[in-house]
Amino acid sequence: MQENMNTSKQVRTDAAGTAAASGTILEVEGLQTYFFTRQGLVKAVDRVSFTLNKSETLAIVGESGCGKSITALSLLRLIPDPPGRIVGGSIKLLGVDLIGLSEDQMRKVRGNDISMIFQEPMTSLNPVMTIGNQIAEVLLLHQGMTKAQAHAKAVDMLRLVKIPEPEQRVKEYPHQLSGGMRQRAMIAIALACNPKVLIADEPTTALDVTIQAQILELIVELQQRLGTAVILITHDLGVVAETAQRVIVMYAGRKVEEASVGDLFAKPLHPYTRGLMNSIPRLDLIRGAETANTRLQEIPGIVPALTALPKGCVFAPRCPLAEDRCRAEYPDYKQDAPGHWVACWRSDVVAGGTSG
Amino acid sequence: MAERMDHEMPIMPVAASGGHAVAAVVHAPVIAAMTAAAVLGAGAAAASAVAGTANAVAAVAERASVPAAARATAPASNIASVQRPSGAHPVLEVRDLKKHFPVKKGLLRKTVGQVYAVDGVSFTIGKGETLGLVGESGCGKTTVGRTLLRLTEPSGGQILLGGTDVTKLSKAEMRPYRREMQIIFQDPFSSLDPRMSAGTIVGEPLMVHGVGNADERRARVAELFGRVGLRPGQMDNFPHQFSGGQRQRLGIARALALNPKLIIGDEPVSALDVSIQAQVINILMDLQKELGLSYLFISHNLAVVEHISHRIAVMYLGRIVEYADKKTLFTAPKHPYTEALLSAVPVPDPAIKRSKVVLQGDVPSPVNPPSGCHFHTRCPIAEARCKIEAPKLVEKAPGQFAACHLR
Repeated sequence: MQENMNTSKQVRTDAAGTAAASGTILEVEGLQTYFFTRQGLVKAVDRVSFTLNKSETLAIVGESGCGKSITALSLLRLIPDPPGRIVGGSIKLLGVDLIGLSEDQMRKVRGNDISMIFQEPMTSLNPVMTIGNQIAEVLLLHQGMTKAQAHAKAVDMLRLVKIPEPEQRVKEYPHQLSGGMRQRAMIAIALACNPKVLIADEPTTALDVTIQAQILELIVELQQRLGTAVILITHDLGVVAETAQRVIVMYAGRKVEEASVGDLFAKPLHPYTRGLMNSIPRLDLIRGAETANTRLQEIPGIVPALTALPKGCVFAPRCPLAEDRCRAEYPDYKQDAPGHWVACWRSDVVAGGTSG
Repeated sequence: MAERMDHEMPIMPVAASGGHAVAAVVHAPVIAAMTAAAVLGAGAAAASAVAGTANAVAAVAERASVPAAARATAPASNIASVQRPSGAHPVLEVRDLKKHFPVKKGLLRKTVGQVYAVDGVSFTIGKGETLGLVGESGCGKTTVGRTLLRLTEPSGGQILLGGTDVTKLSKAEMRPYRREMQIIFQDPFSSLDPRMSAGTIVGEPLMVHGVGNADERRARVAELFGRVGLRPGQMDNFPHQFSGGQRQRLGIARALALNPKLIIGDEPVSALDVSIQAQVINILMDLQKELGLSYLFISHNLAVVEHISHRIAVMYLGRIVEYADKKTLFTAPKHPYTEALLSAVPVPDPAIKRSKVVLQGDVPSPVNPPSGCHFHTRCPIAEARCKIEAPKLVEKAPGQFAACHLR
């Protein structure tokens, strides 16, 4: 069952019929993560709602500072406090609100029900522990295995992520592995306890394009095999188009648009989404166009500082379509088509225009 | 055609013709040269269609010492297939460039091996042209850029800047040539001195090369600020007061200060957010049009390279494996590595479904590269011969060079 949340009330929809059969795993509603800094209040994540279904990949797209990583860390309650705090909303994993859990209970969730892989595998692996011990650590902690069982499972996990010679590699340290291998080892650790949700925060950004293709292929394959739901955080619309089923576009801490991948690329409704799509080189020659080199469309200006967000719609100062209402009042989420949500006063104009 | 196929250095023939006219302009005082170069750029563009052909034919014939008449017809097809926006003056010609780094070990730092970072790379860049240099990390693309500027000394080969080999020049002799080649770095945070004002950073090259007096330099810096879309009023600000995109504009302004002919961009937009990336790419392309600049654009991002380049060279473990105009390379790649690279790029269009060639394994270490064709360990079509014999870069189709035995 797919549920889309409005900021104030739940709206049940018949959206995304395919997802309905597989069932909702994670429900995030009105999530607010604020940082209380000396420069002022930073609303890093402001009233963000989404659902995640079994075996599905949900992409969160946005530029740096838009709150996509903080959203992910909030789900695991890993926000450093102080200065940060989740001040509102709920995160329900199979109906249990994670925000109400004690730190001890939360520790049982992390790595077991929800796990996470990061952008830079070198800094997120422990350099003085062997790969095998790092995988076994999760298993000993969460699954109550014996050392021998955990070690055997570690070898299995390395085989699962297609690291050659897993019996040898299990004894090696992170610096002995290449970048792609390290990311595979990270995935092995993350999936060791067969989590329900895998959060991948820019998992391939630091990797070469041929290695990126390997890792993405691996994530998709394992997801199908294990039924894991994946939240894929990325700034690369190419990765989104090829990997995800649904997308959330974030801007300055807010969700501005949510849609299936096909709908989002075919008919972006938010001017920011459209701006993003027109500002990237889209590999016209590979896509079969005769010539490339049409001028890229710029989004003027820069992302506003989160301490000094404009009144009204946060995108208004950079938006070519902004009018008085946009500068005065933040738009509500509205559903344009089943499963396609947008927060924009002028989305009908965006939809009418050329979408690149 | 046949003669050139066996030629040791398969250089795009069209680019090779008298660049001396341009060189003369650049040695003139910088401020005057700025406008002159712009005018020349426009003129060259208009004349290129006719003059380019004739020059190219002559140049090819000269190099191969074959009578011009004998091959007068052959290169015509090359010119048609190679996109060349403004003329056929070779701003830069690189012949068989090599850079080997010694691997030292032990107490006595004995040299135990060599890293073949750049192993016999040849290409040319014409006026107003962008050559994209792509490859995965460790393939030597950054070393090529640094070696061209002699920031690291080449181990072999020639770097001809407007016809002069700069590899043999002393530091003092090199100085005037340094004006003609500038570099933009990837990281706009670490490549600007945090304790210098933006105006001083952009004006530093002028000071180092003793151009103009203080007032003239300041006027020039203000002009440069305007050119890259910064307000001259920001000249007294410090780097931390600029955003990432603005800092990269400062880097571009600094590179432009001495009115170079060639700018080497080493991943100049890779650290930027996509919307900012578009601004910087547009600036680079506008400047090229206005000033007739040539770019060596080093990047791992094939989408950006496709957008900005006219021709593209693909590197793998220190060697160029394919070299062609953009359209040919993207639509009809010859080398299996190019194919794999293109198929690995995620295309931002869910309507396009492509069959993927996912390469197995990692890029081998350049300290101990595979024998024969460096790519044979990951190549889906490799044969016994590929393990033994390194393929030469030869012209497989008009204007398209690839180093593969089997294609």
